Amino acid sequence: MGKIWRISGPVIIAEDMRGSQVYEVVEIGEERLNGEIIGLEQDKAVIQVYEDTVGLTVGEKVIGTGEILMAELGPGLVGNIYDGVQRSLVTMKDEVGDFLHRGVRTYALDREKKWRFIPVVKAGAKVEGGDIIGTVQETGLIEHRIMVPPGMSGVIDSIEEGDYTVEETVAMLGSNGKTIPLALMQRWPARKPRPYRRRFDPVDLLVTGTRIIDYLFPLALGGKAAIPGGFGTGKTVNLQQMARWSQTQLNIYVGCGERGNEMADVLHSFKELKDPGSGRYLQEKEIFIANTSNMPVVAREISIFIGITMAEYYRDMGYDILLVADSTSRWAEAMREIGARLEETPGEEGFPTYLGSRLSAFYERSGKVECLGSPDRVGSATVIGAVSPPGADFSEPVTQNTLRIVDALYSLDVALANRRHFPTINWLQSYSQYADSVDTWWEKVSPDYTEVRNQALITLQKEAELEEIVRLVGPEALPENDKLLLLIARMIREDFLMQSAYHPVDTYSDPKRSHLMLSTIIKFNDFARGLAETGMMVSEISASRIKQRISRMKDVPNDEIDQYIDSIRQDMAGGAVSLEEGGV
Amino acid sequence: MDSMQLFTRQTKAISTARRSLLIIESIPGIQFSEIVDVELGTGEVRSGQVIEVGKGTTVVQVFGGVSEVDLLNSKVRYKGETLKLPVSPDILGRIFDGSGKPIDGGPPIISQKYQDINGVPANPASRMPPAEFIETGISAIDGLNVLVRGQKLPIFSGSGLPHNKIAAQIIRQASLKGKSDDFAIVFGAIGVSYDDAAYFISNLEETGALSRAVGFINTASSPVIERLSTPRLALTAAEYLAWEMDMHVLVILTDITNYADALRELAAMRGEIPSRRGYPGYMYTDLASLYERAGRISGREGSVTILPILTMPDDDITHPIPDLTGYITEGQIVLSRPLDRKRIYPPIDVFLSLSRMMKEGIGEGKTREDHNNVFMQSYAMYAEGNYLREITTVIGSEALTERDKVYLEAADRFEREFIAQDENSRRTVEETLGVAWDIFSMLPEEDLKLINEKYIKNYLPEPSENE
Ligand SMILES: Nc1ncnc2c1ncn2[C@@H]1O[C@H](COP(=O)(O)OP(=O)(O)OP(=O)(O)O)[C@@H](O)[C@H]1O
Ligand SMILES: [Mg+2]
Repeated sequence: MGKIWRISGPVIIAEDMRGSQVYEVVEIGEERLNGEIIGLEQDKAVIQVYEDTVGLTVGEKVIGTGEILMAELGPGLVGNIYDGVQRSLVTMKDEVGDFLHRGVRTYALDREKKWRFIPVVKAGAKVEGGDIIGTVQETGLIEHRIMVPPGMSGVIDSIEEGDYTVEETVAMLGSNGKTIPLALMQRWPARKPRPYRRRFDPVDLLVTGTRIIDYLFPLALGGKAAIPGGFGTGKTVNLQQMARWSQTQLNIYVGCGERGNEMADVLHSFKELKDPGSGRYLQEKEIFIANTSNMPVVAREISIFIGITMAEYYRDMGYDILLVADSTSRWAEAMREIGARLEETPGEEGFPTYLGSRLSAFYERSGKVECLGSPDRVGSATVIGAVSPPGADFSEPVTQNTLRIVDALYSLDVALANRRHFPTINWLQSYSQYADSVDTWWEKVSPDYTEVRNQALITLQKEAELEEIVRLVGPEALPENDKLLLLIARMIREDFLMQSAYHPVDTYSDPKRSHLMLSTIIKFNDFARGLAETGMMVSEISASRIKQRISRMKDVPNDEIDQYIDSIRQDMAGGAVSLEEGGV
Repeated sequence: MDSMQLFTRQTKAISTARRSLLIIESIPGIQFSEIVDVELGTGEVRSGQVIEVGKGTTVVQVFGGVSEVDLLNSKVRYKGETLKLPVSPDILGRIFDGSGKPIDGGPPIISQKYQDINGVPANPASRMPPAEFIETGISAIDGLNVLVRGQKLPIFSGSGLPHNKIAAQIIRQASLKGKSDDFAIVFGAIGVSYDDAAYFISNLEETGALSRAVGFINTASSPVIERLSTPRLALTAAEYLAWEMDMHVLVILTDITNYADALRELAAMRGEIPSRRGYPGYMYTDLASLYERAGRISGREGSVTILPILTMPDDDITHPIPDLTGYITEGQIVLSRPLDRKRIYPPIDVFLSLSRMMKEGIGEGKTREDHNNVFMQSYAMYAEGNYLREITTVIGSEALTERDKVYLEAADRFEREFIAQDENSRRTVEETLGVAWDIFSMLPEEDLKLINEKYIKNYLPEPSENE
């Protein structure tokens, strides 16, 4: 047992700590505050404390647990809300009330609750790490697959269907003359990636339901993306939208150093909103981590690793998982704060020199993999991190280090936010390296995807060039064909890219719908060009009925959209005739 | 605690006095972060805070600096506790300084209950999303940037802009729509001029609101360290009134810029490595420890709504103080110097202002069914008018079409009639929406694309004869 030797903010140094290991979890003082050893020197251990250190004194005891920081993995994670060190906030609310006092301990997984376990292997089966031995229906949406923990192998001595708590033995594994009990729960060191058989290139679209993402800058299952932007540009709303509507089996929402009211809003809305596919409550496919900005800073650092460990665990079952982290800047700042207390030599803007490697240690745990064990299966973990650059200046270290790692960038734009163009993803600055690999996926939805996408991007690019001129001479001075281009670009922006998170229909746009909308605008371009050639003014085209009907596409419910678009297209095919009859 | 009395609670062993720091021999039992007394040879007593405790030595930051501290005769005494505020219903109607002492001539607060001024974080799972509309009577807020109970919504101002006037107007007028129960007001003045503090207090007195208000006043001439405790005292009082007395509390904190500058000053004296513009790297977390004390808790009646006021140095919204604030609060009300020059009061910049909780607080049953549509249409109309204003400065007004001219006029009317209002006018939300509809009536009806046709039928005024 050691003793406190020095206290400096969230970092303490303890003496008499010989025999401890780096990353070992310790308990500090009378209240048994949780901490983690981050450095050792002779008999002294440097410890980061996951709770407020106010009031600690020198000489209080420090007890090593002999274990490094583990995530608990098993049935009961889904629908739960955790703090940064995986204490269940729901349990804490029931047991200690509405405020978070120090030194409270709770398990991540309920120890009392019974789960129905249904074996899928029989006694006598030879198994190894990753093999699925049975299932538990965790929620209406998630079948929890109970796996042999990585690294173990042997023969199942016994296994039985029944109702079990997470700790009770569901099967005995004979291994090298020993028998090892297997339970529903396993534990895994949060900082260590879970193993898999091999990695695949991400090539399947992760449908998010946000048009500008899915269509212009698509994300692939197993990919990694960043979403930087100044305050109020929509990082949180975008991430919430993705966590709501993404066509994945499970989503993990990590609120790291952000707002309590926002977390309350997410938690409540997921109890009320339904998954578009299954019609069940979204809460049944979601895990929340809430480490708000007024909760202890040190826990921000580990919260992200707890989250990604859970993502990998469900990935290993053969599922597609999306993890969103809001905001990785708060996470990096927590590292900076600890670093400053350790008197490490700081890197850029005071961030630790290992900022880049710690960021990649997180993002690199995304991926699409062939899982360990049988039956053969493929799972993926996709990661999206928000970045909050000071002063919305992207040249700062967290944004820059992140950009070196991720393959897709959704760059949020303060100017668009001030214009209330949402989402504020800037179409000239954002990119996705998955665009080329998911086009095969898209072309199954529609063969002309690539062409429509390119046309849209080119039109937007040209608009940006023309804008310079408009600022000097005004829009009226432009030649008609440029005016037409501006009209089409505006339609792409307002009738396709703009998408309200709060509109009951528009909040989620499936790929087919997105394609119908954009390709209709592109077709309108051809149609309008034809009209312009007959001498019609762009101002008249712009005031036309057809154009106005296109502007209303967003409001049309999903079951009417085919017919709605069809009639627009038929009228366009009818051409100039209907225009003269006042039909356009 | 009592047994501690037996131990030595003070030391004269001071080895170093530099900048604002003292390095002393550790006293057994001295706690991290506690407040200590530093007694000088002259008998003067200053407060200090333990910022690092080691086995052999302890580092104390002395508020007020180490001048005149000598290493032979000065003493450091500890009390074994962090700063606490006595709370009881009697705090209503009272004014305190930044250390929690009454400065209104009244008696000290007697209470069994002392609350740590740092507060305890609410469990996110216990929070309730804020959703109840607060009617401030100010159209630019009630119509376009709705404030709800439990929200934290700062005013980003600049030197010389009328933020105090707006805050005072909100204090006078804020009420829950359709209900008569008033807010309790907690007022924290941080490093402000004596006149500014007096302005608020006399305002509260005149309107009779003082009996349901508590003030914590740290003027520019009071100790810098108390700039850090003042908002914490105010929030502790607010939390007590909200969570234990079931009251709805509106907290005004002004000026956060003084708070942040004090934070920077004290950090620099400790020799910490600064982050942007000299402010400490943990300023985000520090500010969050104030602002996050706003909210609602499920199952409790009360609420804490925070309205911090800050002046942006050089009117620069990317300066760390507004920037970090904006990253924590749920939107911001930004004041505009150009509007102020045009003598528009309140000079609220509609484009830069935003309330992130607005959608929860408006609509049928809360304000009115057409609120969201009116908001979007006003915004679009004003934005278009503004854009045209900008380009006419380059290309001249000859290039404008008739329709463009209507929009220019609409934008002017929007500023003069909707945004501008008298300091004493209190518009109901219906009146606010009515002003917007009046202006809409000058637009071509087919331009009201963002408004449901049903509402157009119900609310659009008939064009008058002579138009
Ligand atoms: N897709 C959207 N549809 C409608 N409104 C949106 C959308 N995205 C953002 N908004 C608006 O912008 C506001 C700010 O968005 P959000 O809270 O996501 O910003 P943020 O980037 O997370 O800011 P911060 O860094 O301060 O947390 C929202 O409250 C909402 O009003
Ligand atoms: Mg956010």
